[in-house]
Amino acid sequence: MLRFAIVALLVAAIEILCRLHIIPVDVMIAPSQMAAELVKILVSGEFSADIISSIANVLISTVLSVTLGFVAGLIIYSAPILRAALEPLLASYYAVPTFVFYPVFVVLFGVGSGAIIAIAVLLAIVSMITATLNGLDRIPRVLRKTGRIYRMSRIKTALMIELPSAAPSLFTGIKLSVAYSFIGVIASEFILSGSGVGYAIAYAYNNFETPRMYALMLLIILLVTGVNSLLNGIDRRLQSQRHR
Amino acid sequence: MTPAASETVAKAAAVTQASVEQAHVALRGITCVFHSRGRSLHALGPVDLSLARGEFFSVVGPSGCGKSTLLDILAGLNPPQTGTAHFEGKPIQGVPDGVGVVFQEDASFPWLNVHDNVAFGLRRAGVEPAEIKRRVDYAIGFMGLKDFAAAYPAQLSGGMRQRVCIARTLVLQPRLIMLDEPFGALDQQTRLIMGDELLRLWRETSATILLITHALDEAAMLSDRVGVMSTRPGTFIDIIETGWDRNRDSRVVSTPHFGDITARLWEKLRVEALKMMSTNETRSS
Repeated sequence: MLRFAIVALLVAAIEILCRLHIIPVDVMIAPSQMAAELVKILVSGEFSADIISSIANVLISTVLSVTLGFVAGLIIYSAPILRAALEPLLASYYAVPTFVFYPVFVVLFGVGSGAIIAIAVLLAIVSMITATLNGLDRIPRVLRKTGRIYRMSRIKTALMIELPSAAPSLFTGIKLSVAYSFIGVIASEFILSGSGVGYAIAYAYNNFETPRMYALMLLIILLVTGVNSLLNGIDRRLQSQRHR
Repeated sequence: MTPAASETVAKAAAVTQASVEQAHVALRGITCVFHSRGRSLHALGPVDLSLARGEFFSVVGPSGCGKSTLLDILAGLNPPQTGTAHFEGKPIQGVPDGVGVVFQEDASFPWLNVHDNVAFGLRRAGVEPAEIKRRVDYAIGFMGLKDFAAAYPAQLSGGMRQRVCIARTLVLQPRLIMLDEPFGALDQQTRLIMGDELLRLWRETSATILLITHALDEAAMLSDRVGVMSTRPGTFIDIIETGWDRNRDSRVVSTPHFGDITARLWEKLRVEALKMMSTNETRSS
């Protein structure tokens, strides 16, 4: 509740500052005007193609990084020697600004969705790998032993004991992958695309279309907040089983 | 060798052979050696042990003496290096049918509620739903978990979770139940109560029970026989018959006979515990 009040208060403060022209109109428009502009844009359908293309890219990047990250996690987990070699690299991975590789991806995939998805996946996949390793590490040994006592096959044990046991960690990985995919896709659209919401924001900025720019920013914020609270809701339900 | 002596040996061999066939559980010359990083560790044996059908047998011993290794061998989780292990006359290869194990650690599945935890093994075994419901309801009632059937393990105390694990084992109607320090993490009062419940379960199911424990009072109160193990490599240095009748409960702890049993157990174990401590000290110094 307090959190909500703080956000509301901040929005109200900006609204007042803008209305009183303490913040000039060409710097920032009032939140109410952003919302009004956003409704206008959505109704006109002017940016529908961009919005759909961004969401599709985020979705593809998330699916790719979650599945590839999970599989890579399994492989690394089952090969301790490989793991010992890779672990320090994984731990320091996010110190590297992945975006510096964008010229490489443009050469490989051309300008467009291919390069965007590649960057987003590169950004997101490691969080999924780490979460997978974490989840597998945390499976209590006694649960695997229990599987053997029940005379379950290796695959049955994996599906019915190890997977549910690791589920909370895996879900954390999925949550992070979604967030990194959003960042990867929107940011890449700024620099190497002719479509998408990121591109549309950059375009509006370059053409001094301040209301549009802010409306699109608001759209991104609403979208990310919506997706995130949905995932957090699922996460809480998963966790509530395990903690008092 | 005199003829009489050789006859005795032959007779002993025959008795051994017969007891392997008759005993519910029979271990002969079991040893276990672990190898790691070029070093080998003689963990257990040689161990000989016969358990009668429906017997309550406890194993006590200093920590690290191979008690749990013994259980792993009997449960078919770990093959011995030498010797033979039989359950119901058949050599143990892999986890035998009819064996249930309760571990010291909490082995309940946190993602399943109590009912589904207890039903897990039955569902894997392909038992029909009506029968699952009947057996699960019975086991949950028997372990006093009726009001918690829909609760998740995280909402339960340690004692209650261990009850879930016992119910989960009980529901499969095992003929041999092995428990590896099942009450180790519980407080003293809860342990006595759980001991009574274990006795009740034992009478009800007429299963053979092998209990591994470090608590002498627990072993003395619950068992028909108590095996005392030496320090590593663990062997049985004494097997004590308690002589309790089948309807005993935790109240036997106030009888003089209980004192006698624990005194004898401690007398044997004290020497081993001291040995254990001195080797630990030399190792750490």
